[in-house]
Amino acid sequence: MAHDWNDVFLLDRPEREAVAEAPEARGGFLRRLRESLGRTREALSAEVQATVAQALDEESWERLEEALIMADVGAVTTADVVERLEREATDTGLSGEALGERLIELLTEQATVGDGHIDLRHRPTVIMVAGVNGTGKTTTIGKLAWHLVQEQQLKVVLGAGDTFRAAAVEQLAEWARRAGCEIVTGDDGSDPGAVAFEAVRRGREQDADVVIVDTAGRLHTQDDLMAELAKVRRVLDKQLEGAPHETLLTVDATTGQNGLRQARSFSEAAPVTGIVLTKLDGTAKGGIAIAIARELGIPVKLIGVGEQLEDLRPFDPGNFARALLEP
Amino acid sequence: MFDGLSDKLQATLAELRSHGTLTEDDIDRAMREIRLALLEADVNFKVVKAFTTTVKERCLGADVVGGLNPGQQVVKIVDEELAALMGGTAAGVAFAPRPPTVILLAGLQGSGKTTAAAKLALHLREEHGSSVALAACDVHRPAAVEQLVTMGERAGAEVYRREGETDAVAIATWALEETRRQGKDVLIVDTAGRLHVDADLMDELVRIRKATRPTQVLLVVDAMTGQDAVNVAQEFAAAVQFDGVVMTKLDGDARGGAALSVKAVTGKPILFASTGEKIDQFERFHPDRMAQRILGMGDVLSLIEKTQKEFDEDEARVLERRMRKGEFTLEDFLSQLKQMRRMGPLTSLLGMIPGFSGQQLRNLKVDERELDRVEAIILAMTPEERRRPELIKGSRRLRIARGSGTSVQQVNRLVKQFDEMRKVMKRIAGGKMPDMAALLRQGR
Repeated sequence: MAHDWNDVFLLDRPEREAVAEAPEARGGFLRRLRESLGRTREALSAEVQATVAQALDEESWERLEEALIMADVGAVTTADVVERLEREATDTGLSGEALGERLIELLTEQATVGDGHIDLRHRPTVIMVAGVNGTGKTTTIGKLAWHLVQEQQLKVVLGAGDTFRAAAVEQLAEWARRAGCEIVTGDDGSDPGAVAFEAVRRGREQDADVVIVDTAGRLHTQDDLMAELAKVRRVLDKQLEGAPHETLLTVDATTGQNGLRQARSFSEAAPVTGIVLTKLDGTAKGGIAIAIARELGIPVKLIGVGEQLEDLRPFDPGNFARALLEP
Repeated sequence: MFDGLSDKLQATLAELRSHGTLTEDDIDRAMREIRLALLEADVNFKVVKAFTTTVKERCLGADVVGGLNPGQQVVKIVDEELAALMGGTAAGVAFAPRPPTVILLAGLQGSGKTTAAAKLALHLREEHGSSVALAACDVHRPAAVEQLVTMGERAGAEVYRREGETDAVAIATWALEETRRQGKDVLIVDTAGRLHVDADLMDELVRIRKATRPTQVLLVVDAMTGQDAVNVAQEFAAAVQFDGVVMTKLDGDARGGAALSVKAVTGKPILFASTGEKIDQFERFHPDRMAQRILGMGDVLSLIEKTQKEFDEDEARVLERRMRKGEFTLEDFLSQLKQMRRMGPLTSLLGMIPGFSGQQLRNLKVDERELDRVEAIILAMTPEERRRPELIKGSRRLRIARGSGTSVQQVNRLVKQFDEMRKVMKRIAGGKMPDMAALLRQGR
């Protein structure tokens, strides 16, 4: 599973493959993540120990349940995990720190699906980004474009497929300017499929590496808008067979149990290949991602941890599992 | 919007109803189910705990155990406690004794502040006849100002913006002066989305609050928010002492437990519900009715209010008379259909009818395009044909099909369905109520 950017992207251009991450940047990221999560690993171990180490009584298991539910893991998944841990504790006599570590292992397992890669070996690779209103699609695309252009030295074209929300195109255009990449736009209210089609055409014409297509935010319960999303997907495939190669769904980390329904409905319209878990820099833990991974087999591939351009990061299930249990 | 929760509570309580008397065991089992349902609905863990404890205590009281109809009393207690938790009657905007009234909107990124600001502006213009201005104070998100300008135009509210200014506090101060100068009744201040743990941005919000001294501060909360809603609400309450909440994206299928949580931990009422992409999909939040709705009793009151707003009463009386006499024509049907559709999508109306919530409604997808076709077919008829559908045969059928862009089969089906409907109406007039769900299935 991916731990840094070089693990996330599959590239078949050897001269580009080894784009080294500047050590200070990585240090910067770790610091930022720690700051944003506000706790350290040591603090976690203390917490887990306090929860399960001393007496494995009813109350400590309940407290564990509470921690997971408060992290939006959901009642069903929580009951499952805690039950398994309880059984293991009884069977193997596991206790103390080892039990805490085992819990994190269990959660990491649940959060892990596949290798988490984003395959950029198509030419161009088409990435479609969808999600509910306000989950951070446009911002995610901006950060992703910035990373691909500035850090991976790839040529990127953006397609401003959100032709519905007022000023959405202007917002994406600003991100394109910051990232230093081209953007294809249509008029307000124009057909998002046409914009997507044109973006891929432009990408092919200019021999771009990656085309990222934005879409309007939509509630997963709006059948006509979900049908529109399916259409954008079909249009992309028409312009370039096999496109979109990656369909990313942005899920706001503050989302509760509704996140599972979102992922399910979006997947029905346009099979989702990865989740971008956004806004993890708040106090929300994004535990719903575990339910999405378990029930639908869709991995989290990227996380959003802040407002800065470099605040989009690869997903690390282990770190994620630890963070879930922090107070 | 709370369909899922009401389904689950109903299932649990139906089981209770089937028992003669309640044992403590029964109550515990019911509480477990309620607890699970509330957690699935994203009601905060601690709120759920407190809620089930209270309900259980009351259920264990003498008036339940050994009572005549214990199941019903549990329903009543749950209903009462939910109602208490959600708050009393619907409250609106508090206006300043001397204008302008200043309303400050705050919330997380993506909660829907800018859309809510424009919708609130339209609401105040329409419901209170206020002249409204919007202050564009989101200097952080790219193109946020442009979004507010466009939305403000649609709402008929002036947008005060200052290009190049990066200090949100300065914009807010200036906008307030403009509001006074131009004699506007209300200023709505739209602010950037911010995380409750972002000290700098929270400080900016506090300074905007100090500079504008708002009559009311509203927190905008996404109905899909999970357990974190409590943290968010508490932090914003501590920083800017908000007075009420706007719940957004309530048109989705989120069970909206966040509404319960926020109210329970801050004591602040939910004032408005934002329920769609259109600018007029914004209404007063009715906490008392919401509790009833949670229990699957349907939001009958909301439906009645909506109906009253849209239907012409005299016209309705005339219609009723004609229905009774079996004189109902396709023309009447068309005008009814149009009035009904003015109230919003059919599914949202159906959701308010008791016995129509939950699973039933999910299976019953009303295709709005089908209604478009029905309208087109009727519009392609001559007035005479609308009054006497039995005239529609052979070449008339073909003409109507061509004129409406449909097929002869579709015209036929409509005429036949209309005939069925007339029969049903006569039956209703005779005092027998039809099975609504079956009727709708038939109509499809």
